[in-house]
Amino acid sequence: MSVPLPYYLGLSAVLFAIGVIGVLTRRNVIVVFMSIELMLNSVNLTLVAYSSFLGDVSGQALVFFVMAVAAAEAAVGLALVIALFRNKQTVNIDQINILKW
Amino acid sequence: METFDIIFYLFALITVGSACIVVFSKNIVYAAFSLLFTFFGVAGLYVLLQADFLAVTQVLVYVGGILTLLLFGVMLTNKVISVDMKTGTLHAVPAMILAAVVFGSLAGLFYATWSGVTAPASSIISTARPIGEMLMTGYALPFEVASVILLVAMIGAAFMARRPKKL
Repeated sequence: MSVPLPYYLGLSAVLFAIGVIGVLTRRNVIVVFMSIELMLNSVNLTLVAYSSFLGDVSGQALVFFVMAVAAAEAAVGLALVIALFRNKQTVNIDQINILKW
Repeated sequence: METFDIIFYLFALITVGSACIVVFSKNIVYAAFSLLFTFFGVAGLYVLLQADFLAVTQVLVYVGGILTLLLFGVMLTNKVISVDMKTGTLHAVPAMILAAVVFGSLAGLFYATWSGVTAPASSIISTARPIGEMLMTGYALPFEVASVILLVAMIGAAFMARRPKKL
């Protein structure tokens, strides 16, 4: 445990920024999902790092809940994507604009 | 402790490099498979942070569950005949600027709130028991709510992804 805490925090900030770039630039819904998972992972890494360095386990319990919500989000999101693909034959978010007016 | 540093840099390199492949690769299948290495890298960092139970859970939930779901999504939503695995990008420059702003504010926030915590928990014990006790006592209500969320998500996903019944 000789690596100091800011290294972990900087790494998770880098991961979060990469996820933001992915959400903003990619057109495929699946890749947007993967980027969201990246951002969730970076937040989990921050929580675990703080929890480990502060000697408090409750941060890791929080990571547990984040994982549960991430699993639910992935399942519902992919079901939505598959239903959309069945109707519109595309996963390009520029063409999924039926909620716009 | 030179070994810890080397292992940390190795895992950090794996994580960031494969995350870059996830975001910048044109091929979705490559992106999905390099997401595997990102998840394993984060699991390794959990091990370095002495969160052994969470590392195992990370591998089980993310690699075993979410990545498999994502791969099914990739395979199901690509037209098999006209192979359309490539995807484009848009708004590259504003996205880079926004991501830089996000990174800067996060780094500034971490730097401002860091306050020089350097003493980690020295005793290496398993974290499964404290987490379990915490989930069953203090966090019992959120635990039950999370289980209800998972149930609702499972039912909803199965309902939405099913082929609609012919009337």
